Amino acid sequence: MADVTLKINGLPVTVPAGTTILDAANSVGIKIPTLCFLKDINAIGACRICVVEVKGARSLVASCVYPVAPNMEVFTNTPAVRKSRKTTLELILSTHDKKCLSCVRNQNCELQALCQEYGVEDVDRFAGAVPEYAIEDTNPYLVRDNNKCVLCRRCVAVCKHVQGVGVIGANERGFVTNIGSAFGLDLKDVPCIACGQCVVNCPVGAIYEKDDTQKVWDALSDPDKHVVVAPAPAIRATLGECFDMPIGTNVEGKMVAALHRLGFNSVVDVDVAADITIMEEGTEFIKRLKGDGPLPLITSCSPGWVKYCEHYFPEFIPNLSSAKSPQGMYGALMKSYYAEKMGIDPQNITVVSVMPCTAKKFERTREQNNVDGLDDIDISITTRELARMIKIAGLNFTALPDEEFDPIFGGATGAAHIFGATGGVMEAALRTVVEILENKPAESVDYKEVRGIEGIKEATYTVAGTEVKVAVVSGTANAGKLLSEIKEGKRNYHFIEVMACPGGCVNGGGQPLHDAYTRAHVDLKTLRAKALYSEDEASTYRKSHENPIVKKIYDEYLGEPGSHKAHHLLHTTYVARGK
Amino acid sequence: MGKSTISKIPFKGTAEQEQKLREFIAANKGMQGALMPVMQEAQEIYGYLPIEVQRIIAEEMNISLEEVYGVATFYAQFNLNPKGQYKIGVCLGTACYVKGSQDVFDKACSVLGIGNGDVTEDGKFSIEATRCIGCCGLAPVLTVNDDVYGRLTADDVPGIIEKYQKM
Repeated sequence: MADVTLKINGLPVTVPAGTTILDAANSVGIKIPTLCFLKDINAIGACRICVVEVKGARSLVASCVYPVAPNMEVFTNTPAVRKSRKTTLELILSTHDKKCLSCVRNQNCELQALCQEYGVEDVDRFAGAVPEYAIEDTNPYLVRDNNKCVLCRRCVAVCKHVQGVGVIGANERGFVTNIGSAFGLDLKDVPCIACGQCVVNCPVGAIYEKDDTQKVWDALSDPDKHVVVAPAPAIRATLGECFDMPIGTNVEGKMVAALHRLGFNSVVDVDVAADITIMEEGTEFIKRLKGDGPLPLITSCSPGWVKYCEHYFPEFIPNLSSAKSPQGMYGALMKSYYAEKMGIDPQNITVVSVMPCTAKKFERTREQNNVDGLDDIDISITTRELARMIKIAGLNFTALPDEEFDPIFGGATGAAHIFGATGGVMEAALRTVVEILENKPAESVDYKEVRGIEGIKEATYTVAGTEVKVAVVSGTANAGKLLSEIKEGKRNYHFIEVMACPGGCVNGGGQPLHDAYTRAHVDLKTLRAKALYSEDEASTYRKSHENPIVKKIYDEYLGEPGSHKAHHLLHTTYVARGK
Repeated sequence: MGKSTISKIPFKGTAEQEQKLREFIAANKGMQGALMPVMQEAQEIYGYLPIEVQRIIAEEMNISLEEVYGVATFYAQFNLNPKGQYKIGVCLGTACYVKGSQDVFDKACSVLGIGNGDVTEDGKFSIEATRCIGCCGLAPVLTVNDDVYGRLTADDVPGIIEKYQKM
């Protein structure tokens, strides 16, 4: 496309035709504030924060949707622009509850930051009627508080376009416009997949995770409870961000130290369960490849994806791996293997998981996810909730020493660490499946074709003389596209990995929050994933089946992968849920 | 928000109505902006757009229920409830409004225990705030089906409703 040259604040700028003023300004380091804009996802010119002056234009224009033109003269910082943005903020505040002190997003709120930047002094300048909304919190994973909503529709756009779900939207009109589900239904009564992408893309505190930290505190202060905790693979790659550490810092050691200091009786690693997931799922794949069971086999680690499949593509339920997710396996093994080894009545064990994910709060409540009537997991908290606990406990996180997981269920392989990134589960599975099928050590453990943040990746490998076609998908809209094309006969695979969130768990709905500008200009997914791939490279063991702890658990307790006992504890079933 | 807007009146749609709607959608879904005409036709067929009907539209159009609902609640002409046996209209046009029709409307709502666009659980009364109905000389005006009541105060409302309750 032809280039266009214009002037922004007197500075000549050349960009391809069709570029918006916002992007053109960004390309030369001029930041224009935004609120409703979400790069590649939501550009609707609704909030009017990004207005700029264009010489000769009748009024200020919304730079996020206004395309550049040759010889255009743009001014992003004039008295008229500053006044307009400030007035817009004051108008937004006129229907905002302004209860910042008790807000989950206090000091991490895009509206609050803009108000400070533009010197909004009188928050009641346009005082008047304020719509009042009941807080929606009857589901186990998300809370909606429309008293804080700024109607930017970022959650709506992500839900519809990135996740292909579309269970929330703008209802009614004018003053009473509100974001919610059809007919005022709660998220638990519509086909919401609980992924939490609405949360990580909300600029304010209008939608957030159901906070379960009090339950953890209660368990920790109950002398009759033996409280076990374990973090998911992706937590170590992101938790540091809550303590202002650079994005992509692996804080595994400090995280373990913090968990010890919070008073948990045992600090173990979900990554060990991830290695066991590979043993179970890998065995299942080999079985199906040999004709016993439907192909493609599709991974079932991501509860948002599993729920998506149950709602939107129930015909693929037989393709889902019956293996529980690492969270589920961890819980089931704590209340069986661990309880037995430690000589503790499983009734007295409280199992806590730290997950990058709000859908894990849903997964925990699945009636299929228990063993002999005991829930696998008792409490599931997100990365953000753990950070909150660490802060309340007064731990100076960055100064903590590095500590190690308790050896009874710690010491995972590199294959397990990369579970947190899109492609990681597939790569981990291939490392094990290929060696088992070829019955010899593989030359390389790297399957680089399935790495990277593209939404749909595919690769073909020749394993023991057989062609194995795999696909890796993240973002459920991409999953929907892939499954539809499989149904139409346009694609076919033997093995598919799906993660509900774009980029996988490193970008999960329970992960640390960043504003839209950071999300647009910093490659969060790649940086966070890099922390996991580096840990993988530095690991002594990089294949799940070589993990000594895993071997021990099978030898002493489970028997073979896929054994009767393994099935009883580590496998689950799914249900069609309807749209 | 948080409050269900699902109609309390049991859905009485027939198989013929459903077939008619599905056929209309099949014939029109290819055209750009088909949702509005489809919803208008659905309201033509059923008289209103309850969740059962919106689900059919969402399924046939391959869009989410929320997308249909968002449009249904944006436009005042779409109804989530059937009309009552007695359709009460209160004009909130300029002339009626300055003569106090908001009080008349509020009174009617409180007597019936329903809000704008709703229908009573027995299906007898529905109420709607309307624009000017063209008899400003009688302001403020309330209509019940084709009957017109003018120059009202809020105190007149209970008597009017009682009259139809007894019919």
